[in-house]
Amino acid sequence: IRNGGKSDSVNGHKSGSNQSPSLKSDLISPTMFNLKTLKLKTKQQELLIRVTILCLVYVLAFITRLFSVLRYESMIHEFDPCFNYRTTLFLTQKGFYGFWNWFDSESWYPLGRIIGDTLYPGLMVTAALMYWTLRFLRFAVHIREVCVLGAPFFASNTTLVAYFFGKEIGDLGFRGRPCGSCTDSDLPWLHLEIRSYDNEGVAIFALLLTFYLFVKAVNTGSLAWALASAFGYFYMVSAWGGYVFIINLVPLYVMVLLITGRYSMRLYVAYNCMYVLGMLLAMQIRFVGFQHVQSGEHMAAMGVFFLLQVFYFLDWVKHMLSDTKLFQAFLRITVTTAVVVGVVALGALQLGISHHGRAASTLLLDPTYAKDHIPIIASVSEHQPTAWSSFMFDFHSLLFLFPAGLYFCFKRLSDATIFLVMYGLTSMYFAGVMVRLILVATPAVCLISAIAVSATIKNLTRLVRAKNKVPSTGSSKGASSTKSSSKASLDQSLPFQRNGAIALLVGAFYLLSKYATHCTWVTSEAYSSPSIVLAARGAYGNRVIFYDYREAYFWLRQNTPPDAKVMSWWDYGYQITAMGNRTVIVDNNTWNNTHIATVGRAMSSYEDEAYEIMRSLDVDYVLVVFGGVTGYSSDDINKFLWMVRIGGGVFPVIKEPDYLVNGEYRVDKGAAPKMLNCLMYKLSYYRFGELMTEYGKPPGYDRARGVEIGNKDVKLEYLEEVFTTSNWIVRIYKVKPPNNRW
Amino acid sequence: MWCADTCTCRFVTLFGFEQVAYMAIVGSFPFNSFLSGVLSCIGTAVLAVCLRIQVNKENKEFKDLPPERAFADFVFCNLVLHLVIMNFLG
Repeated sequence: IRNGGKSDSVNGHKSGSNQSPSLKSDLISPTMFNLKTLKLKTKQQELLIRVTILCLVYVLAFITRLFSVLRYESMIHEFDPCFNYRTTLFLTQKGFYGFWNWFDSESWYPLGRIIGDTLYPGLMVTAALMYWTLRFLRFAVHIREVCVLGAPFFASNTTLVAYFFGKEIGDLGFRGRPCGSCTDSDLPWLHLEIRSYDNEGVAIFALLLTFYLFVKAVNTGSLAWALASAFGYFYMVSAWGGYVFIINLVPLYVMVLLITGRYSMRLYVAYNCMYVLGMLLAMQIRFVGFQHVQSGEHMAAMGVFFLLQVFYFLDWVKHMLSDTKLFQAFLRITVTTAVVVGVVALGALQLGISHHGRAASTLLLDPTYAKDHIPIIASVSEHQPTAWSSFMFDFHSLLFLFPAGLYFCFKRLSDATIFLVMYGLTSMYFAGVMVRLILVATPAVCLISAIAVSATIKNLTRLVRAKNKVPSTGSSKGASSTKSSSKASLDQSLPFQRNGAIALLVGAFYLLSKYATHCTWVTSEAYSSPSIVLAARGAYGNRVIFYDYREAYFWLRQNTPPDAKVMSWWDYGYQITAMGNRTVIVDNNTWNNTHIATVGRAMSSYEDEAYEIMRSLDVDYVLVVFGGVTGYSSDDINKFLWMVRIGGGVFPVIKEPDYLVNGEYRVDKGAAPKMLNCLMYKLSYYRFGELMTEYGKPPGYDRARGVEIGNKDVKLEYLEEVFTTSNWIVRIYKVKPPNNRW
Repeated sequence: MWCADTCTCRFVTLFGFEQVAYMAIVGSFPFNSFLSGVLSCIGTAVLAVCLRIQVNKENKEFKDLPPERAFADFVFCNLVLHLVIMNFLG
């Protein structure tokens, strides 16, 4: 009933509608027959309301991610989704065997890339399966629609799983009273960043599913649920590299349970089945390979597995021996042996197993690692540490509901709430290290905040209804009626308690509605702009759309020979291959640092040195992105220092201080001479010196940097300009063949 | 049924150790075959132990789990385990 009251306010109705059964029971004479029928009706009503909320939330979660589809059109935007789309298209055209054995010669020229072995196939296979199902049902959809709408669909599914997860946790803590307010947890879900066709869209669903199934397995101790969670884990491994989080959080959770004395047979059954089967299933993905037994990141799971066997063994011995003193002695021997064996094993492992793990994982434990060692990982904007403003922007009210939820979790400690607390704390730590990982933290934060909200509202509504329940103790309020009537008799001395509770309830609902508005606004403004189509406000406040990227890629597709090779910075690789249909030198996969460094070196050298490098790579066209005319700030000149750093990391001939003046990065008259003559500068500012970009400023005024450029007279010797888009955002140059010698 | 379980567990674990010893002698190529062999031993042993735990009437935590359901779970998990092993053998 409390659940009903909460849901009414979510739907914006007055909360009186659900009090009608209680009023009815007051009016009609309380015979047993009438009460029984009313009881049935209320339960059905509760079920109806719950199902309605779930459906509404499901639809809402889907719709809120359609802003970009509605505003622009159904297309793949951003960078990684282009590659995912291309692979999905390949899968639907060539089938599984073609996909599994695919060697792509259109990227990383001249090396090529073994795509079948080096990607996480979960997303593509899911999209392809959905596509084939729809086709089987005779819906003639294009694979692109499936891809674009697949992410919102999985977001809705994630909301559903979150609801069941909340129910699983809530059911045990709230003593038979279903945690209906965990539908509340779906509301905060709406703002998630899952809006593009990327691995994370499917991965977060798989993550939450695995966690839910594992918690269910620990609660029930059934092999079937543990097997289901192993399958969930397999799905997660197939979808995203972030599966390492699961394979470390679950053993950590088991450790915490063991330390806090909550070892039980259910835990043993659940973890063993999930670990063995999950590990086996995960090794079927070729990209993961044997990492589960070789890489340092996965060793925690194995260690805990053996520890759990030791616990079981000790438990069994304790059961067999009736003498406690003998058992104590045995315990001491076993513990010492176990510790010795563990230390020896660790030592042996250090020698045999690669304990460096992956760079990204090392980055999580030591945030300064990448800056010193691997510039290419440090350069990705998604890998930067998170600022407080990002947290506030993404989480809004949840930020302070989170600690409150933690408090309530600790008040009702059970196996499930311990898991939630651990998930929340670890994911928040990682979210603080890397912006991208806010995605992983969001489910935990939502669920914990939902617990806080539901506990608060439950207490408040109990106070509100306390006075109501005094005359009708036999009404259909459930198990809490006796409790609340006793509370009511205690609280009759405070007259304003009920009013205060109502005021607080109104405040809580206002907060939640404000939060929902904020989420929708955030999704609309910040997370719905496809990066392939840029929007800006014109001089009259109207929305101006820039289609430059698509213009350039389609120019490439239509005006260059099919075997042309395009050199650009790695950000645009996927898009060029997918939309321009041309071979690229480096792309977003960034698997070969030396190759990227070669491109970086070419961009930062003088034109003649760069020409040598480009000839050695067979480059025909060069593509640069330039934001000086439009004020677009994510262009190549702003990324240039990273090109220098990455190139300099492999080729010491490129030195970063050469491009800086007193440690400052400038492109105007006071810039370093090497900067004013390097290839990137020349390609970006060719013919720009004559252009009038802003009224009242001299020609050659760079709107993105806000300065007048230093070298306006750019002459190209080995390249010629072939295409510049209408707003000068993408510029394409052709590499001239070498001069005839005579 | 208890004797059968204990014997299975002991045999399977011994078989696992034997495989590791063989690998130590001959070398670990092909690694996937070795892994699938060892893990099938460990997996079967673990699943048998889980079944025993669930069916044992003395365990209070499983008192409302019917033994038929436990056995069905055991069979299904073993089926999945061996399917994956067969795929992994290579």
